[in-house]
Amino acid sequence: MKFAVVVFPGSNCDHDAYHAARHVLGQDAVFVWHKETSLQGADAVILPGGFSHGDYLRTGAIARFSPVMNTVTAFARGGGPVLGICNGFQILLEAGLLPGAMLRNKDLKFHCEHVHLRVEQTDTPFTLRAPVGQTLRIPIAHGEGNYFAEPDVLRDLEASRRVVFRYCDTSGIATPGSNPNGAVNNIAGICNEGRNVVGLMPHPERACEPALGSADGLVLFESVVSALAAQASLP
Amino acid sequence: MSAHDSAVLERHGLKPDEYDRIVQALGREPSLTELGIFSVMWSEHCSYKSSRIHLKKLPTRGSRVLQGPGENAGAVDIGGGLAAVFKIESHNHPSFIEPYQGAATGVGGIIRDIFTMGARPIALLNSLRFGPMDGATGARTRRTVEGVVAGIAGYGNSIGIPTIGGEIAFEDCYAGNPLVNVMCLGIARSDALVKGNAGGVGNPVYYVGARTGRDGIHGATMASAEFDDRSAEKRPAVQVGDPFMEKLLLEACLELMKGDALIGVQDMGAAGLTCATSEMGARGGCGIEIDVQHVPQRETGMTPYEIMLSESQERMLLVVKRGREAEVEAIFQKWDLHAARIGSVTETGLLQVKSRGETVAEIPNAALVDEAPVYDRPTARPRYLDEVHRLDLESLTPVSPQQALGSLLSSPTIASKRWVYRQYDHMVRTNTLVLAGMGAGVVRVKGTPRALAMSTDGNGRYCYLDPRRGAMLALAEAARNVACAGAVPIGATNCLNFGNPEKPDIMWGLVEAIEGLSDACRALDIPITGGNVSLYNETDGRAIFPTPVIGVVGLIEDASCALGRSFRAAGSEIVLLGASVGRGDAEPKGRAASAGLGGSEYLKILHGLIAGDVPHLDLEAERALLALLAKATAGRLLLSAHDCSDGGLAVTLAESAFDSGGIGCLVDLPAEGAVGEWDVLADLFGEAGGRVVVSVAAGSLGPLMDLAAECGVPARRVGRTGGDRIAVTVGGRAAIDWKLADAERLWSEALAQYFARPAA
Repeated sequence: MKFAVVVFPGSNCDHDAYHAARHVLGQDAVFVWHKETSLQGADAVILPGGFSHGDYLRTGAIARFSPVMNTVTAFARGGGPVLGICNGFQILLEAGLLPGAMLRNKDLKFHCEHVHLRVEQTDTPFTLRAPVGQTLRIPIAHGEGNYFAEPDVLRDLEASRRVVFRYCDTSGIATPGSNPNGAVNNIAGICNEGRNVVGLMPHPERACEPALGSADGLVLFESVVSALAAQASLP
Repeated sequence: MSAHDSAVLERHGLKPDEYDRIVQALGREPSLTELGIFSVMWSEHCSYKSSRIHLKKLPTRGSRVLQGPGENAGAVDIGGGLAAVFKIESHNHPSFIEPYQGAATGVGGIIRDIFTMGARPIALLNSLRFGPMDGATGARTRRTVEGVVAGIAGYGNSIGIPTIGGEIAFEDCYAGNPLVNVMCLGIARSDALVKGNAGGVGNPVYYVGARTGRDGIHGATMASAEFDDRSAEKRPAVQVGDPFMEKLLLEACLELMKGDALIGVQDMGAAGLTCATSEMGARGGCGIEIDVQHVPQRETGMTPYEIMLSESQERMLLVVKRGREAEVEAIFQKWDLHAARIGSVTETGLLQVKSRGETVAEIPNAALVDEAPVYDRPTARPRYLDEVHRLDLESLTPVSPQQALGSLLSSPTIASKRWVYRQYDHMVRTNTLVLAGMGAGVVRVKGTPRALAMSTDGNGRYCYLDPRRGAMLALAEAARNVACAGAVPIGATNCLNFGNPEKPDIMWGLVEAIEGLSDACRALDIPITGGNVSLYNETDGRAIFPTPVIGVVGLIEDASCALGRSFRAAGSEIVLLGASVGRGDAEPKGRAASAGLGGSEYLKILHGLIAGDVPHLDLEAERALLALLAKATAGRLLLSAHDCSDGGLAVTLAESAFDSGGIGCLVDLPAEGAVGEWDVLADLFGEAGGRVVVSVAAGSLGPLMDLAAECGVPARRVGRTGGDRIAVTVGGRAAIDWKLADAERLWSEALAQYFARPAA
């Protein structure tokens, strides 16, 4: 299968996502410049981390206007799997592909460290290879990852089982102490109604090799490979 | 009679005799614009006029050196056709005036130096010095720390280069003059290093990047003067950073460098357009003619003087091949950047500046660069040295070892720096093999089996007591740190932070430090490939301690051999490599304890004393230790390795247990000679160099001991990992017995607690 890694001018985790897809997973991967409008026939799209346009305004606020985003939106509406990591998640929020917004971390500081996540839902293309309740150790690196949504949006998200990842402690319990940024309901990642668009603040592409301290993030990429393989094998 | 009065000269930081030299070089009186150009190029910051004759003593050649001092950065061969390009630079003065922007633009500047060489930056480190976190200046220091750390984070995180390591120390002398030294390392193809040369008469000169504003005018001159209570007025001389702009510039320049349209490139850092045009011309043995009306400007009504002296950030000067303009402009357009043709290369050897066709400056490049003043300033050994070497321990009351360990672990210099490094993205680019805080920074080099380890070290307290040996110890410690990570040191960069060189006692310290560093580099076979000198680090006439900071880069042939500082398994053997314990071996009995504790963090924290002889250093032994560590790590004998430095053996053992997942240790240090109270303290907290604590699987103990014997390094098994306590005895006498979790909590929370307090 083929991953498209979208490159905004200030993306800085684009090479990391590409490396994970191409060199760790052994899949095909291409970079797609934000001014382009073709995804080069990719089967899945990754919006990588970084500071898309400097993000001096609001994270991802300008990136949603990049030409490539029309194509990504159409791809998502057609059911194609889209993964937004960190800044990519923020862009998905700004583009309206996922609900809610990001606030600055509650202590107003950037945090780079390993955290624990509980996999809440496994019926998305990015989690189907993980057992429900699995605890993943994956790094975060953000200053604005404090997820927020209005109470009715939040109720809807929870009721429709669209919270995909929650910050938790080592034993898998979502506690206030294990929440690194103040995100409401310890939310680390969510999906859309169609469940094919997933955004999360932690960086699974940084946790794909034991040499880097954890390979727990690999399951997200393996999942989408399986999801697409299953789809392809349908009559 | 001069065309400029003495007030004008003083404002430009020029001495009367320097003005006479300018008149001589030009054969006439300079215009105001020309005077401005001379003043920045002849400033201490750009010309190294006080240090240049001494810097020549540093060894800069070696079998791996591809580029020594003189270009934007140094480069060493790391095999596989690749080069590591690296340099360290200071941004002390701006960081004192405006901590966030001062530190941020320091990061931006050193990154530009690296990608200017054609290298993709892959790692950042920093060495920071601040005043005490408590006391009268504590509130201001805490604000400075917050601003500097946030500035480094803001720039590095955004541009996507991991900040993988560094060090921070706190000392009274930095209260009015903090130090911010930043190092960057990048990877380039060895055969594609880019130089800062102009060349080819008629070739176009391009200006790319951010527009020029009035910020930073005379920044280089500011960095060449002392501070006083009017320093805040100099805030307009601090620039404002835009990491997004730099990211665009970085990507566009690297894209351009893949082709062959480029002749040379230099960033516009200190002294901006002036420095870039004159240095590129001087290096290429040619002239450059520009018209400032073509320079993209952020403000209206800027004069040629202001445009030439602006230090606006994120700007580069390029010389490209004639006929390739369209290709070059297309690349910058892709990244939405300005590429303005502002002039061309000439055969005249002159820097010719025009404004709307009218000549406003015409100066031989050589006069600005090669013929800048060089001073052999007088030196005098400071008198305070006679006093501070005296150390009479008998007049002090010894503190119990456990209490002393607690005080040290919670002192800001030794406490965990997690509060700092968690604000730095230290993992982006997915190369970081040893995470921040776990020892030397280690990044793998993708596409090869190799990794690079790097460490920045320096100890102002040692250098205050003995600048020569202090500088040696700094190099030795940095080399030892990368060796602990499994690397062979292959190159170094230095940042020499000192006071006013016009004062003979300061100048004496600078010369001592450079000579000490030279000797140590030669003994350990580590060439210096570049660096930076920061002088005039004084506020209200009070100088900082002499503070040479050394960054060492080491090569790990097999990245999977990289090591961190923490114990990995219970039941492994703990071995002390190097000359036994903290007491100075060469000292006569009886004076041993005081010799061992001289200059130590223990004396400073527990007794408020900065006194005694600085720690013992044996460069031959150090060299043998480095060789042993390289062999032992390559042979996968070690599970962890941690250098013994600030706080001595006791702190090294404790830190080896920290972040290990709760693996304690049971250690008995050999007692050599007497075991009086002071002897025990010296053994535990003395900071003699050349020592490393390693842990090894039981089965590797024999092979390690054999290898140590072969390398001529003393090695002694001193204990075993395991349990949930840090238990240390000295010659069987109980010294420390502490629950690991309690000690670790103290150490990990101490620094953050200073910032949990309400702002004063």
